[in-house]
Amino acid sequence: MLTKRIIPCLDVKDGRTVKGVNFIQLRDAGDPVELGRIYAEEGADELVYLDITATVEKRKTLVELVTRVAKTVNIPFTVGGGISNVDDVKALLNAGADKISINSAAVKNPRAVDEMAREFGSQCIVVAIDTKNIDGIDFVHTHGGRKPTVLQTREWAREVTDRGAGEILLTSMDHDGVKNGFANEITADLSALLAIPIIASGGAGKMEHFKEVFTAGKADAALAASIFHFKEIPIPELKKYLEREGLSIRR
Amino acid sequence: MDVAVIKYNAGNVQSVLYAMERLGANAILTDDWETIKKSDKVIFPGQGEASTAMKYLKERKLDQLIIALDQPFFGICLGLQLLCEHSEEYDTTCLGVFPIRVKKFPPLEKVPHIGWNNLQHLKSPLLEGLNDSAYVYYVHSYYAEVDPRYTIATTHYINDFSALLHRDNYYAMQAHPEKSSEVGETILTNFLNL
Repeated sequence: MLTKRIIPCLDVKDGRTVKGVNFIQLRDAGDPVELGRIYAEEGADELVYLDITATVEKRKTLVELVTRVAKTVNIPFTVGGGISNVDDVKALLNAGADKISINSAAVKNPRAVDEMAREFGSQCIVVAIDTKNIDGIDFVHTHGGRKPTVLQTREWAREVTDRGAGEILLTSMDHDGVKNGFANEITADLSALLAIPIIASGGAGKMEHFKEVFTAGKADAALAASIFHFKEIPIPELKKYLEREGLSIRR
Repeated sequence: MDVAVIKYNAGNVQSVLYAMERLGANAILTDDWETIKKSDKVIFPGQGEASTAMKYLKERKLDQLIIALDQPFFGICLGLQLLCEHSEEYDTTCLGVFPIRVKKFPPLEKVPHIGWNNLQHLKSPLLEGLNDSAYVYYVHSYYAEVDPRYTIATTHYINDFSALLHRDNYYAMQAHPEKSSEVGETILTNFLNL
């Protein structure tokens, strides 16, 4: 049976993880490769590396990181952050990334999604959508959720799916960092609306939140960062809990 | 142990090479006939689209080489589908090692089938040490039908399909062993030990 996926997200700047981590077994807590390896051993189903480097050397350092991750980690991983064109995608996939995720670049130039999907296949193109509710309507935001757009989230999700996205990574800016649970309603809407997997992100604070996003939210995968980094919820315990609750989980 | 990984226009071949490296095998990416022929094991990776891949293989006559090899041979993902007889993906005639047809999943669930799913009905030395709680990582929209003569494990998604196939020296797997954690490493190690 196809299982629900648990995905830790690692923020990376200049080849180092930026959010603090307190894994005592790590030799180097700032090394994204070492951290990814530990997560894989703990039973993470996939990894997401989000690069927030803002220098001209960005692509080079990111390709180097992807190469090191691919050599070390034996589960699939996605790379995102500032990817805008087919050449970026090619460099990262050739270095060993399984999927790439694009966000602002897709809003700026929606045809980039078509081009990437045609060149590399939908299966490796994840479109990340940051959504925020304004007066009862869900709008797409860019630039880490700071900039609102005129795009409505459900319509935009359908458009990128039609253009060839293979998965949607949906982050609710209203829920992110609040630890009060995922945005189950819009996640469930997108999951019912679209024929591609939805990865829910933003709001995980307790193990129950994962159960809710997989049941009420109908998510195919759930992503979180700090609660895993700070060991508030260890992945092995989370997976045992979800299995006990009757969800299909990889042991 | 020399392992030839067949070089053609397939995506994400690097991961297969890295997995071999982690397992201590000496893997080389090559489309050279002689190198492939004299290697101990051959891996036929794959990610992409069937008709384009077949066209590429034919242009370089790799199609003839692949079906004539006698050392252990392992097709992965699209590699499995290309070893079958025919694929519905652009109505493509494939290599025909397995007299099996490759079909598109009907849209009764989300397609592609992406994520971890378990192996069932395992029967092969290639799967030694594993049981039906072994999960492997899938990314595909087309599947090979089950044929009891050649299917050595099935997986269920929408319907049962061939998770792994075996005939003579040819083995194939629809999921990605190079991305399937310890289970994938067990299968690759078993293959290297054949």
